[in-house]
Amino acid sequence: MSATIDDPRVIEFDVRTDEMLVNMGPQHPSTHGVLRLVLRTDGEIVSEVTPHIGYLHRCAEKIGENLTPRQWIPYTDRMDYLAAMNMNLGWALAVEKLLKYEPPERGRHLRVIIAELGRIASHLVGMGAYGLDLGSFSPFLYAFREREKILDLFEEACGARLTYSYLTVGGATADLPAGWLDRCEQFLDQLLPIIQEYHTLLTSNAIFIKRTAGIGTMSREMAIDYGTSGPVLRGSGVDHDLRRDGEEIYTAMYDGYAFEVVVEKDGHYPQDHDYPPVPQEAELGDCWHRFYVRMLEVMQSIDLVRQGIDCYRTTSGSHGEPMKLTQKLPAGEVYLETEAPRGQMGFYLVSDGDSIPWRVRARSSSFCNLSVTGPLCAGCLIADVPAIVGSLDIVMGEIDR
Amino acid sequence: MSGQTLVDQLKQKFGDLITGANLDNIDPWIEIAPGGILEVCTHLRDEPSLAFDYLNSVTAVDYLHADEKKAAKASWEPHLELVYHLFSMQHKHSLVLKVMLPRWQDEQPGRLPEVASVSSVWSTADWHEREVYDLMGVQFTGHPNLTRILCPEDWVGHPLRKDYEMPLEYHGIRGR
Repeated sequence: MSATIDDPRVIEFDVRTDEMLVNMGPQHPSTHGVLRLVLRTDGEIVSEVTPHIGYLHRCAEKIGENLTPRQWIPYTDRMDYLAAMNMNLGWALAVEKLLKYEPPERGRHLRVIIAELGRIASHLVGMGAYGLDLGSFSPFLYAFREREKILDLFEEACGARLTYSYLTVGGATADLPAGWLDRCEQFLDQLLPIIQEYHTLLTSNAIFIKRTAGIGTMSREMAIDYGTSGPVLRGSGVDHDLRRDGEEIYTAMYDGYAFEVVVEKDGHYPQDHDYPPVPQEAELGDCWHRFYVRMLEVMQSIDLVRQGIDCYRTTSGSHGEPMKLTQKLPAGEVYLETEAPRGQMGFYLVSDGDSIPWRVRARSSSFCNLSVTGPLCAGCLIADVPAIVGSLDIVMGEIDR
Repeated sequence: MSGQTLVDQLKQKFGDLITGANLDNIDPWIEIAPGGILEVCTHLRDEPSLAFDYLNSVTAVDYLHADEKKAAKASWEPHLELVYHLFSMQHKHSLVLKVMLPRWQDEQPGRLPEVASVSSVWSTADWHEREVYDLMGVQFTGHPNLTRILCPEDWVGHPLRKDYEMPLEYHGIRGR
C-alpha cells in the first residue's frame, strides 16, 4: 500500500502529534500522596488537567458525628499530617468558640510556640518536597534534617512525632517539660543560618528560577475566586492572613506579638533581612512567589516562636485544663477558620446540646488550593505540571479527609 | 454594618426570598428561599458595600433522627440545611447564609432535592458543591460538572445522611 502525502499516517514531513490522555498518579512521586491527574496532552503541551481525588477519603466528618470533640482530636491529626499541631489547634479553637472558653495566658503562649514550630516544620517539608518535584534531590535531605529536630522537640513535649493530639480543647494535654524552652532556642539559633543555605540551594538557584519563575501565574482575582488561602493566596499578592485578619478568638492568641504579613506590597516584600532578591523573570502569582512566601514565613515563624518563648517565660499559672472527655456542649453552631501552614483550615460544628456534635465539617485549605490546578495547568508543558502542583504544597490527607 | 440592617436591606430588595434570620447565634445567619440563592449571592458579591468576594465553604447538615422516640421529641421536622460561609477580602467581614431544603424532592425518597448552583458566582463552589452532592445528596442545578468527588463514581448513597447505611460489600471489599 502506497502512502500519499495526504494520508494522515504520513509523518515524516512534519512531526504530527495526536491528542493523548496521560495518567499521572495515583502513585507518582510528585503528586504528594495519592492524587491522580489526567492530562490531555498534544505532544508536550497540556490542554487540560483533571484532578481525581478521594483515595484517602475516610469520611472523617461522619466519624466526628459519633465522637465527642476531644475524642475527635486524633482524627484532625490525620488530616494535614505534616502540620498536625495546627489542625489540633483549629479544631480546639472552634470548640472553644462554642464553649465561649478563653485559655489562660500561659496556654495561649504555649499554643503560639507550638503552632509556629509546626508551621516551620511544615514549610520545610514543603520546600524540600518542591525541590524533589523539580528534580533536585539534596534540598529534601537538608529540609528533613532540620525538621527532624522539630519533631524531636515535639516528641519531648507530647510523646508523638507526627500525630500529636497535643493542643486540645481547653489548652494542651501537658505543660512543656523542663529545659524544653532552652533546647528550642538552641534549635532556632542553629536554624537561622541554615535558611541561607536553603536560599542558595533553591530560591536563588538559576535552574530553580528557570523552572518556577513565570510558570503557573495566578492573578489576584483568580486566587480569591477559587477560595485559595495561605501562601498560595499571598503569593498572588493578596494581603490576607488570619493571624491578623481572622476572628477575634483566633487573633487574640497573637495579641502582643509583632509580625508583618508576608506579601508583596508595592513591588517588595516587607522584610528587612537579607534575602535573595526577587529575580527579574518572576512575576507576582507564579510558582516562585508562592515558594518565596513560604520561605519568608519560616523566618517570620522563627521570630514568633522567640517572642512566644519570652512571653511564656514571664507568665505563670496553668497552661490550660483539657475539657472533660464527655462534657456536654451548648446548643448552637460555630464556624472558625485558622491560619494553618497550607492555608485557612475551617471547622464547622453544629451542636444540639449533647456531648457529641450533631454535625462536624472540616473545610480544607488544600482542597480549595488544589481546585485551581485545572485552570492553572491549561496550556502549560508536561514538565510544568509537577512544578505547578508542587507549588500549591498540598497534603492529600487534608483534601480527602 | 449590623446584622439587622443587612437583613432589612436584603428584605427590602428581595422581599419573600429572605425567609428568616437568626441573629442570636454565635455566628448569625440569614435564611434564603431555595429559589433565590443565586440572585442573592450575586447581589452580595457585586454590591460594593458588601463585596463578599470570597466563599469559604459550602456544606450541608441533615436533620433527621433515625430513632423514632427521639424524632417525636425533636423541635424540628426532618430537613436538609445548606450552609454558605462568605467573606469579604476588602471589608474583612463575614456572613453565613442558609437554605432549607426537603430531604427528598416532592417527598419521593430517592429524588434528590434541587437548588441552584452558585459556582458561577464563586469558583470555590464548584468543588464544594460536588462534595455536598457526593456526601449529602443535593442536586445543584446549573453546575458545570456535578459528579462525585470524594467517593468513587459508582458509590451508592450519600454517606453524611443520617439514615445512610454502609454497604455490606463494595467490589469484593467487606464493608461491615
